[in-house]
Amino acid sequence: MELNQLTIHGLQEKIKNGDVSATQITESVFSRIDAVEERVHSYIRLIKDEALAAAAKADENIKKGDIKPLTGIPVALKDIVCTKGIITTCGSHILHNFVPPYNATVVEKLKDAGAVFVGKTNMDEFAMGSSTETSYFGPTRNPWDLERIPGGSSGGSATAVAADECITSIGSDTGGSIRQPAALCGVIGMKPTYGRVSRFGLIAFASSLDQIGPFTKDVEDCAIMMNVLAGYDPKESTSVPAEVPDYRQFAGRDIKGWKIGIPKEYIVDGIDPEVSAAIKKAITVIEQSGGQCVEITLPHTQYCVAVYYIIAPAEASSNLARYDGVKYGFRASDVRDLLDMYKKSRMQGFGAEVKRRIMIGTYALSAGYYDAYYKKASQTRALIKRDFEEAFKICDVILTPTTPTPAFKIGEKTDNPLQMYLSDIFTISTNLAGIPGISVPCGFTSGGLPIGVQFLAGHFEEGKLIQIASAYEKNAKIEKRRPAL
Amino acid sequence: MKISSREVEYVAHLARLEVTEKETEKFTAQLNDILLYIDKLNELDTKGVAPMSHAIAVTNAFREDKILDSIGTENSLTNAPDARGEFFRVPKVID
Repeated sequence: MELNQLTIHGLQEKIKNGDVSATQITESVFSRIDAVEERVHSYIRLIKDEALAAAAKADENIKKGDIKPLTGIPVALKDIVCTKGIITTCGSHILHNFVPPYNATVVEKLKDAGAVFVGKTNMDEFAMGSSTETSYFGPTRNPWDLERIPGGSSGGSATAVAADECITSIGSDTGGSIRQPAALCGVIGMKPTYGRVSRFGLIAFASSLDQIGPFTKDVEDCAIMMNVLAGYDPKESTSVPAEVPDYRQFAGRDIKGWKIGIPKEYIVDGIDPEVSAAIKKAITVIEQSGGQCVEITLPHTQYCVAVYYIIAPAEASSNLARYDGVKYGFRASDVRDLLDMYKKSRMQGFGAEVKRRIMIGTYALSAGYYDAYYKKASQTRALIKRDFEEAFKICDVILTPTTPTPAFKIGEKTDNPLQMYLSDIFTISTNLAGIPGISVPCGFTSGGLPIGVQFLAGHFEEGKLIQIASAYEKNAKIEKRRPAL
Repeated sequence: MKISSREVEYVAHLARLEVTEKETEKFTAQLNDILLYIDKLNELDTKGVAPMSHAIAVTNAFREDKILDSIGTENSLTNAPDARGEFFRVPKVID
């Protein structure tokens, strides 16, 4: 195997034994990028010079015996986290030239842990989308079938890991934007509990739903990344000052005696039969691993998408009011006055999906409609959260498909926003309730497209997710394939 | 119809978006689809349910009242499309 194909823990072992240098690892990642990036388009921006300099520094540290959890590990960052001195676009024309004057907290944490940053990955504009097709910089392609979407919004972060153009990456998840592309690209993706990972320096989409998390090649790597990312941040007022366990200790533990909830509402029309079959197989593996599967009910599931498409756009319409052509980013020329400048800058700076969501949000919050839409959605959200609280009285973890179908074709859903929104039906409720979730590869379709199984747990129980995902990974023995690029 | 093209134009104005006639037409159709779907929520009786804003109950987050480093004027202005001295420059607001 090439170095760029290995896991964090695999590489760390080689580094510790003196078998490889950080420079060799980084070079191996960039030679892979040279070979496949033109076809996949995982990245908006590559920072090779900075990466090689960071790798050289890592090699000095390694010589001194100073090896941290991510020393010499090439990491890709979704272009939604601010990187000091490196353009951060959020996939939008309106931020095409924005150079953040500071680092997001997760960037600082990764840097402190020794990470080597490879570049900024492609994404749906302002994380609004499920296919990475709304990026101003063009779509990302699924490495398993270049005619298909990789999922989104963190599509580039998923493909960079799946195509071995990095070892691990960072994404953000507002309604499934880590778990859905992870499933469609055949990698691990975790959305932590709301408040577990600092959002400081994460460009805001829907602040009550957004959460940062990792993409990795196996479950142990996910635990390593969570150890680095999780924790209280005084700079972020919704970050929670709760103790962070060592997530690595959960990997490898069995799940004997656990109750696994299978929500009956998630067996819906429209699930692809191959996805359905893969999930049934996953349930069998969990039972053979000592888990006991029980039917549970999440009665308000059918309302999740409707609630989400009020709350997320409402918060977005407020968050995106800051892009006015005054302080940073794109400003339209040839304007009559200040109001005209706002309107033209936003009109020319935002893409269609972002405008659509700003419009929905503005409408839902406008005088006369607030109670009918925003208040109603916030009340229903409380009921959705209560569903999960009741469910976790009965079971330890919930098991569902991550997505109803495998990756769809590029362009298939771009003209029908509602159809696109419905591709997130299994991931949205997690964000509304603030609970953590993980997607783990659980097989392939006959056409060779990856399928993902999703595990959900109660607030701050990421450890349980690592435990069940690692037990599943060990016992399912899913064939290790690599996309033929 | 949940929303008329005239309302779409008004909402665009509230959101400070200039939309073309063609866009208005497209948004009106798409917003109608989305709002019709959202109407599903009206099936549900939510009387007496307290609206939820955050998943995790966090009360006021306080920190010590200490002066820390900030970005500063110069750094704050580096991304400005038009800056002069210590200010962001914009088209004239008052005649």
